[in-house]
Amino acid sequence: MTPFNYARATNVDEALALYQPGSRFIAGGTNLLDLMKENVIRPERLIDITRLPLHEVTTQADARVRIGALVSNADLAYEPVIQNRYPLLSQAILAGASPQLRNMATTGGNLLQRTRCYYFYDTGVPCNKREPGSGCPARTGLNRIHAIFGASEQCVATHPSDMCVALAALNAKVEVKGRAGARVIDFADFHRLPGDRPERDNQLADDELIVAIDLPAEDFSTHSHYLKVRDRASYAFALVSVAVALKMDGDVIREARVALGGVAHKPWRNAEVEATLVGQTADHEAFTAAAQALVKDAQPLDGNAFKVKLVQRAIVRALDEAVSAGARS
Amino acid sequence: MSALSHRTGLECYASHSIQFELNGQRQALDVLPWTTLLDLLREQLDLVGSKKGCDHGQCGACTVLVNGKRVNACLTLAVMCDGASLTTVEGLATGDSLHPLQTAFIKHDAFQCGYCTPGQLCSAAGLLKEGRASSADDIREQMSGNLCRCGAYGNILAAIEEVVQAPGEGAA
Repeated sequence: MTPFNYARATNVDEALALYQPGSRFIAGGTNLLDLMKENVIRPERLIDITRLPLHEVTTQADARVRIGALVSNADLAYEPVIQNRYPLLSQAILAGASPQLRNMATTGGNLLQRTRCYYFYDTGVPCNKREPGSGCPARTGLNRIHAIFGASEQCVATHPSDMCVALAALNAKVEVKGRAGARVIDFADFHRLPGDRPERDNQLADDELIVAIDLPAEDFSTHSHYLKVRDRASYAFALVSVAVALKMDGDVIREARVALGGVAHKPWRNAEVEATLVGQTADHEAFTAAAQALVKDAQPLDGNAFKVKLVQRAIVRALDEAVSAGARS
Repeated sequence: MSALSHRTGLECYASHSIQFELNGQRQALDVLPWTTLLDLLREQLDLVGSKKGCDHGQCGACTVLVNGKRVNACLTLAVMCDGASLTTVEGLATGDSLHPLQTAFIKHDAFQCGYCTPGQLCSAAGLLKEGRASSADDIREQMSGNLCRCGAYGNILAAIEEVVQAPGEGAA
């Protein structure tokens, strides 16, 4: 690693005060240190935030659940309130990484992990995300794992998180704090599409910290499912993934959320298609039509056209599983 | 900060004084910020049981327990372990009495070259503490962070399963 200085903060305001250009906050470090070893990121100083008091999962008076940014992925996945009320989130977290990494990685850090595009990691080749304006070899190169939705000429990378796909389906909110004050960002607005500024993955400013994730009180616990399709049975990033959350009235769908992972620069949702499912009988015909509508705007690259069919089948299967989840419990 | 420092060109980087408990012994030492826990163990403390396989958190050969939880030592900064309690493969046995996992690995011949074994043992020790594995499938999934290039998985699984199924162990 390129040498850097180190400072440790014990509360949020101290961490924000320590920030200066060239600094990076570090918590789990599972992605940041990996990128630093590859010289993709070269901070001048790391500010250790692991001792900030953001390790609690709390149920609010109005039944919302607030997850401190430093709660580990493992602790969150096995937290009883998450397993009982938001099993979709628990499933998605446990579908990602390894037990060791889930013990280290934090909730806030999961949102901020970078793409696993090969060209982003390889400092010997251009990459607009790593070196703005240098070019994108992925667009015409090896792009089997890349985006089929919302990409730009400058960048075809995907966001690699499983957890974020579930948080998108659950309409979570991201609480952030900077020296200028605190703000709350809807999950759908947190991550960006690449456009002509692919170097920016999300709306967080460099000197802001994620302090918590809020989960709405609404109950999708009976009919939800996270389906992940990958190259091996465990410990691999998603080729495609689907987070489904339904509210049912008998056989009729009252509300539908379908978020896709591994297909875009952010968790991908389509409100129009979700709305078409409402009022329909939950059957194969409705699911197939919704899956077809969801991929209408897909723009596959040379190496990833298979994702268009794969994600349709995954959507249908995840919807099937979400419906029958209630019957089994 | 301490007397130890590192100079590169124009910049001088200070080391940091840290303390932790390592395999039951107190340690106080100075570390440079970019020293990983794995490099500290192997290069400064001569505990070479923990192995550097990929150095990117993908193989699990460096797995150790920090405050009882299994982590990848290659993706952990030593300076961030200040105040922690660490267990490496060297600390699994109690004196001359092997940890049940070590005994089971020998009994089941759960290795070929042995390079991944310290990480497998520490990861399995973490799995036992977590107490969420009761079936062979659970163990397979929960050991997915440890690769074995010799392909000794069948025997590794049998060894861990024996310990998980032993009275007083396994899923709560």
